[in-house]
Amino acid sequence: MAEQKLKYVNHPIPKKDAEAIMGGAPVYTDDLVPPGTLTVKLLRSPYASARITAIDTAVASKVPGVVCILTHEDVPKIRYSFAGSNYPGNNPFDRYILEDVVRYVGDPVAVIAAENEAAAIRAMKLVKVTYEQLPPVLDFETAEGNASVVHDEDDYFYQMDIGGDIKKNLLSSEGFEHGDFDAVFAACPVQLDETYYTKQNQQAMMETFRAFSYVDYSGSLTVVSSTQIPFHARRIIARALGLPPAKVRVIKPRIGGGFGAKQSLVCELFPALVTRKTGRPAKIVFTRHESFSASNSRHEFRVGVRLGAEKDGTVKALWVDSLENAGAYGEHAVNVIGLSAHKTLPLYGKASANRYTGRVVYTNTMAGGAFRGFGATQGCYAVETTVNKMARQLGLDPAAVRLANLPTVGEPMPAYYNETLNSCSLDRCIATGKKMIGWDEKYVPGSFGRKTGPHTYRGMGMAITMQGSGLTNLDACSVTLRLDDDDYYTLMIGASDMGTGCDTILAQMAAEILCCPVENITVDGVDTNHSPYDKGSYASSTTYVTGNAVVKAATQLVERMRDVAAQKLNVPATTLCFDGTTFTDGEKSLTVKEIGIESVNGQNDWLTVTASFSGKASPPPFVAGFAEVEVDTETGKVTLLDMVGVVDCGTVVNKSLARVQAEGGLAQGVGMALYEDVRYSTAGQLRTDSFMDYKIPSRLDLPNIRVAFEESYEPSGPFGAKSIGEVVINTPTPAIVEAIRNAVGVEIHSLPATAEKVYMALQNSKMA
Amino acid sequence: MELHLTLNGKPVSKTIAPDASLLNFLRECGCHSVRSGCDTGNCGICTVWVDGQPLLSCAYPAARAEGKNITTLEGVKAEADELIRYMAEEGADQCGYCSPGFIMAVLGMKRELQNPTEKEVKHYLAGNLCRCTGYASQTRILQKYLAEVQNNG
Amino acid sequence: MYTIKNYHFAESVDEAAALLQKSRANTVLGGGTWLRLGERNIATAIDLSHLGLDQITETEEEITLGAMVSLRALEQSTLLQTQFGGLLARCVRHIVGVQFRGLATVGASVASRYGFSDVITALLALDTEVELCPGGRLPLAAYLQQPPARQLLVAVHIKKDGCTAVHTSHRLTETDFPVLAVAAARCKDGSFRISVGARPAVAQRCPQAEQAAEANGPEAAGEAAAEMLQFGSNTRSSAEYRKVLAKVLVTRALTELAEKESLAR
Repeated sequence: MAEQKLKYVNHPIPKKDAEAIMGGAPVYTDDLVPPGTLTVKLLRSPYASARITAIDTAVASKVPGVVCILTHEDVPKIRYSFAGSNYPGNNPFDRYILEDVVRYVGDPVAVIAAENEAAAIRAMKLVKVTYEQLPPVLDFETAEGNASVVHDEDDYFYQMDIGGDIKKNLLSSEGFEHGDFDAVFAACPVQLDETYYTKQNQQAMMETFRAFSYVDYSGSLTVVSSTQIPFHARRIIARALGLPPAKVRVIKPRIGGGFGAKQSLVCELFPALVTRKTGRPAKIVFTRHESFSASNSRHEFRVGVRLGAEKDGTVKALWVDSLENAGAYGEHAVNVIGLSAHKTLPLYGKASANRYTGRVVYTNTMAGGAFRGFGATQGCYAVETTVNKMARQLGLDPAAVRLANLPTVGEPMPAYYNETLNSCSLDRCIATGKKMIGWDEKYVPGSFGRKTGPHTYRGMGMAITMQGSGLTNLDACSVTLRLDDDDYYTLMIGASDMGTGCDTILAQMAAEILCCPVENITVDGVDTNHSPYDKGSYASSTTYVTGNAVVKAATQLVERMRDVAAQKLNVPATTLCFDGTTFTDGEKSLTVKEIGIESVNGQNDWLTVTASFSGKASPPPFVAGFAEVEVDTETGKVTLLDMVGVVDCGTVVNKSLARVQAEGGLAQGVGMALYEDVRYSTAGQLRTDSFMDYKIPSRLDLPNIRVAFEESYEPSGPFGAKSIGEVVINTPTPAIVEAIRNAVGVEIHSLPATAEKVYMALQNSKMA
Repeated sequence: MELHLTLNGKPVSKTIAPDASLLNFLRECGCHSVRSGCDTGNCGICTVWVDGQPLLSCAYPAARAEGKNITTLEGVKAEADELIRYMAEEGADQCGYCSPGFIMAVLGMKRELQNPTEKEVKHYLAGNLCRCTGYASQTRILQKYLAEVQNNG
Repeated sequence: MYTIKNYHFAESVDEAAALLQKSRANTVLGGGTWLRLGERNIATAIDLSHLGLDQITETEEEITLGAMVSLRALEQSTLLQTQFGGLLARCVRHIVGVQFRGLATVGASVASRYGFSDVITALLALDTEVELCPGGRLPLAAYLQQPPARQLLVAVHIKKDGCTAVHTSHRLTETDFPVLAVAAARCKDGSFRISVGARPAVAQRCPQAEQAAEANGPEAAGEAAAEMLQFGSNTRSSAEYRKVLAKVLVTRALTELAEKESLAR
């Protein structure tokens, strides 16, 4: 398609809030807490499964400074889901704010509010709880049908049938089949049957969960929260507390990262409950320990992949069979699992049969939630590693295999909700990635790739991935764009910038259409009282869905201004040209500034446009990822030498922000592949509950990650853009695992690929 | 107990609890740039200078700061703003939460190391974690920033 | 988290030692980094900052590290960069970050007898004595054997015996605790001192490995260390893998030591 002449979109533009967030301005949640706000602490269960038979708060209540201590007796008996997700939806309503049952180590038991933190902690330690311990179910592979049942409450309910049977710990089950998998697979000369395991990786954003609440000037319970989902939060808080939604307000300040962790409610209800009971402002700030152990994480998966192919590497049949650990509560669980298939199978566009089967089970561990990739990440590791194995068995170049199997632009993708693929530059992504990493020069097929020392070997691996851009016909985002009483605009959004810079890129889009500098557009923060409804920042929707709403609104606003100019100048609107400053027919002209000033005086209409958008499709972005490692066979230590990601996100809206998003996502994928290990005690207590033990990569653990873009043009996207937020995390795990195999011949079927694991695999392969 | 120290060049006297952390003390003094990112001293987000040395304010007992010079981002704002400009241009700010601690470590490094190599820079900053960026953009801006600093003598 | 009733800057070493002996609820503050991971209720927190114990000093016979010398100071000391092959400056470089090392102290590292301590592992490969109040001086190895008594660790003394030493470790990430740490020194008389720490237990010398090193070289020493030392499992590693690492790291440390020495000649 013809080159767009873009002035603001497709350029590197600094974020609007850069100086404030880096310069220490008080713009994050904990900076905004009013004086006199109560501090809230939570007493948490030490057991993975228990009934609370008694709670004695008498001694604790006497601690000076304690204002209230709340237990399950003080909360409304209303079930809800924490999930920030459309309503009505398929997340089970399986939570109370506090219950007389605890379902994982860390499940809250009592809410303590005090004048200061020291008093709250002192009191917390004095609350006496009597538990009847129950045998927990901790292993997700033996959860279904286990004698221990995680959810046996009478008022548990689903809004829609999701194939669950909670008496068997089965939260949901689902599947699809296109073509006859069994027949096609059976006829394939090449057959693989592999199983992989991923763990409950932590989002580990730098700002932990925190929120504070107060009653505002109109009597509304106001919650200020570091959240990705202000509007869902309002609905859920209202429901859980038994309040009319009109009397709940949610405000989102600057956020120190989320990556999906904040796409659920986590801490908001506790200060909200205290404010309801006491009338006073209350705040809670999760410690890092609480953020690790008592919030939500990536869902643990076992993914089985059965692949049937021709001898030339054409994949004819693919079956993804996923088992997902929901943890103790089911928010997002039902929606995550499907992506392990929907965002992997479509990449093999020559298949004549696909199958997906998925089961989600409850266990007595911390709940899973949303984490960048949302099931696609787990599926990508499994499917791409299997395809790499197939390539190796056939003696084929894995990059060539991907190219030969790509779906065709213009064709529907049966495994991707039958949506038509309208933009894909994955072929160029693969070619560019190969060049950047030196694939043709350095890749040696087989095992024991390139010996570089007495006991070191180098290897390379690659993988491809896709994600989506919002949820088709479901995600709805609205924006309001108004001309203020001069020549500047205010863009009011409900989308939740968590550091990604969506405030800025949405302003870029508006600026492009309004032909004005980005500085002329103020982007309003999110307050459910005045922001237009946006489902929030998740499902990689903000660029595509909210962006399309911005394009609509800006286009309409220009037309509204043109109509005003036509009327004032008494000329037909069609004769007027617009350059961002002036409407003119060559003779008469009127400036935006004049329109703005006049619009708020006398018999004039103030110019404001609200536009909504919901995608009729969810155009997939793509990434081709390449990794080079060196493995020390004496210790099994894997050193990542190079990580390359080439991205097709359609038109790149902000070149600097997109690059950094991609680098950051790839880094998180590397962490998942090599370093991030979630470990529990046998009693279900999380051992890796700090940065001391859960090792996200430091800058010494990564090479300089390299990113390139191969732009395609997505016709349905704003300026041809697709999403980028999630797709960037998926490729490192299969690329690195394959690079390890290429280097020293061992297969890694569970993450992370620690040195000990690689070493033991080397010993086993020697003995085999 | 009473604590007397110099904060960003100004004398401060306050009553503190004996077990107060320097981090909480500084936030109560209005230094919003000082943030907590973890419980174990691993993230570096709370980095401030004590008598010019970058240390973790989360672990440093406030009482120990008696008589000392404490510097937060607020106290080196003009110098920090220059580095912030480089970061903003590169898009390296992202969520911004780790930035003040990172900046205090960088400005500390600038004072300690002469013409550091990329390896030396990364080693010095190893205790500053970031989850958003994957560090590549931080490395890029530091190359530019330190070259500029070197040129300006 | 910890609570403190009374924060006291000690005015002399004797006063600090007496306070420590006075009550189990009294605690000496090091850098504060480890203390805050626990749940102690401290009656009197004893701060040694005013006692001049943050100095690295040198006589003809020995180098003295005061208890309040930070790990960062070890790293930056030009004296320590040149003594003992730079062992002490090098052995701390993986520990979290410069800000953390600016807080963590030699005294706290040694007194707590942390298994994971790179510092103890390295000190044990040198001719090291601790100085206690009350109690005076005793060899580090003996101190590590003793059950903790409430004695104030005032300083660490290292004999300037002209040895060359190296430190190496295996870690899950570059700035994590060591899974296994090894320090190896070659003395002027040709003998070796080999110290293996983070087993996960605290560092120990291995006489068999030291003899094997002198008699048969690095590989034999590595095998002896793996064979003779005790290893355990924890969240970071199995005992079996630590045993593998012991052999590899001791061999590599001794090989590096030999290369260093031949370069020096």
